[in-house]
Amino acid sequence: MAEQGSTVPRAGPVGGDVVRRHHAATRLWHWINFAALLILLASGLAIFNAHPMLYWGTDGAYPEDAWLLVGSVGDAGYLQIGERTVETTGVLGYWANEKGEMRRWAFPEWSILPSNSNLAIARRWHLTFGWLFALGLGAFLVASLVNGHLRALLPGRREMAPRHLLGCCRDHAMLRFPRGAEAIRYNVLQKLSYLAVIVVLIPVMILTGLAMSPGIVAAWPWLLDLFGGRQSARSVHFIVAVLLVLFFLVHILMILLSGPLNHLRSMITGGYRLPKERGR
Amino acid sequence: MSRRLLTRRRLLAGAAAAAPATLAGCDRLGASAAFQDNFLSLGEWLNYRVHRLLIGDALAREYRPEDVSPVFRTNGNTEPTDKTYVAHEKSGFAAWRLTVDGLVARPSAFTLDELRAMPARSQITRHDCVEGWSCVGQWTGVPLGQVLDRAGLLPQARFIVFHCADSVFGTDYYESIDLADAFHPQTILAYGMNGAPLPRAHGAPVRLRVERQLGYKHAKFVMRVEAVATLSGIGRGRGGFWEDLSRYEWYAGI
Repeated sequence: MAEQGSTVPRAGPVGGDVVRRHHAATRLWHWINFAALLILLASGLAIFNAHPMLYWGTDGAYPEDAWLLVGSVGDAGYLQIGERTVETTGVLGYWANEKGEMRRWAFPEWSILPSNSNLAIARRWHLTFGWLFALGLGAFLVASLVNGHLRALLPGRREMAPRHLLGCCRDHAMLRFPRGAEAIRYNVLQKLSYLAVIVVLIPVMILTGLAMSPGIVAAWPWLLDLFGGRQSARSVHFIVAVLLVLFFLVHILMILLSGPLNHLRSMITGGYRLPKERGR
Repeated sequence: MSRRLLTRRRLLAGAAAAAPATLAGCDRLGASAAFQDNFLSLGEWLNYRVHRLLIGDALAREYRPEDVSPVFRTNGNTEPTDKTYVAHEKSGFAAWRLTVDGLVARPSAFTLDELRAMPARSQITRHDCVEGWSCVGQWTGVPLGQVLDRAGLLPQARFIVFHCADSVFGTDYYESIDLADAFHPQTILAYGMNGAPLPRAHGAPVRLRVERQLGYKHAKFVMRVEAVATLSGIGRGRGGFWEDLSRYEWYAGI
């Protein structure tokens, strides 16, 4: 393979060519999962509003036992993590809705589903779309095993060499994206982050969700031991949700920086136009 | 191409508006009763069936005495003001009876002492509130299955309904469970908590413990146990107070 990117074999695709980038299964799952994640996140924040505290261990019901807490005192909202407290007025704990009315829920109206923070309806959204999320991941993983997508995401030994990893980080930091034939394949940072989302973060979301179910943990008590108790599972569920939001933000940023229309098309039709090599 | 319809700026604006617009659309859809009934009940429908297949008779985890929460949080009514209840409480529940009726061969009424004389079960379990918090407590009571066997459940019976002494927003609290939960060994009518008689705040003299479901299913201040073939005649037909009022799930195993 042309590591330098300067001598691309004539037979292969070159910059400017449209290549088939994403499998149909990947494209279908990507958009289903995007919708499911959005609804799960917003309804999850509404569920959190019903008891805006997180604990470690089996039990937890009082603010003094919480490691994370969103609250309000007088005209100020605050976020407390461990011993540290940050004022979050206007964003968390005490904020104005669209009509200018002040509210004391943890997460604001624009971020939650339903916007009135009704716990019963939030749970209905969450528990219905949880099925789509879990079954969708399952189907995508099976399809990806069959069509070779998962194997393509596994980094090779040379890619995992510290020098290569560092080089890849440097390229990302300098916004130097691969061009020509090199852009067909994922680079090692993409592989690692997509793998982390698919085989770690999303499965942990599903398992911690199940670990909060008093019915499921009767059948699978090991879930409680795996996460260190029901309230720990609830905390991990929340932390991983934050990690998924961070992934989403970086993902969007990278898409915007490296040809958003081209990426959008490749995730809809599968066709991706290879960026032209430098100097061509 | 000098005039592109889809510019980068337009795409950005569209993408940035897509998520809030989707949520706003969902918000409007979710407010419709038909959508709640036909679509947003899918999760509950699936959970109930899959859980019944998957869980079978599995027991909820039981904890050690040292795991018991120092202060067990309460929710719902902690001090019913209903006249009958206040009178019962004043007399130490001497005249209180647990009525068992509906689709049973022998409609019965049990005194508190009669319930205490039946074979008892003690269990230290975790109570999960739908809001998100959990507390661990020890519960002592008579397995509901035994009470139902005494009254002789008729074959048509499919649900057990609990009528309570406390009222919320002017309606007496009620809840219901299926027979799989009713005859589960950990489903008890608890008259004791943490080694003492059940405190008022936790539903004295008797509350339901149905350990594989969320807190609102655990009816407090139980006065009457009724066996029915269908939930359609109970309240507004959804099987429980919160189910009828706010559309909380009837199956609260998740």
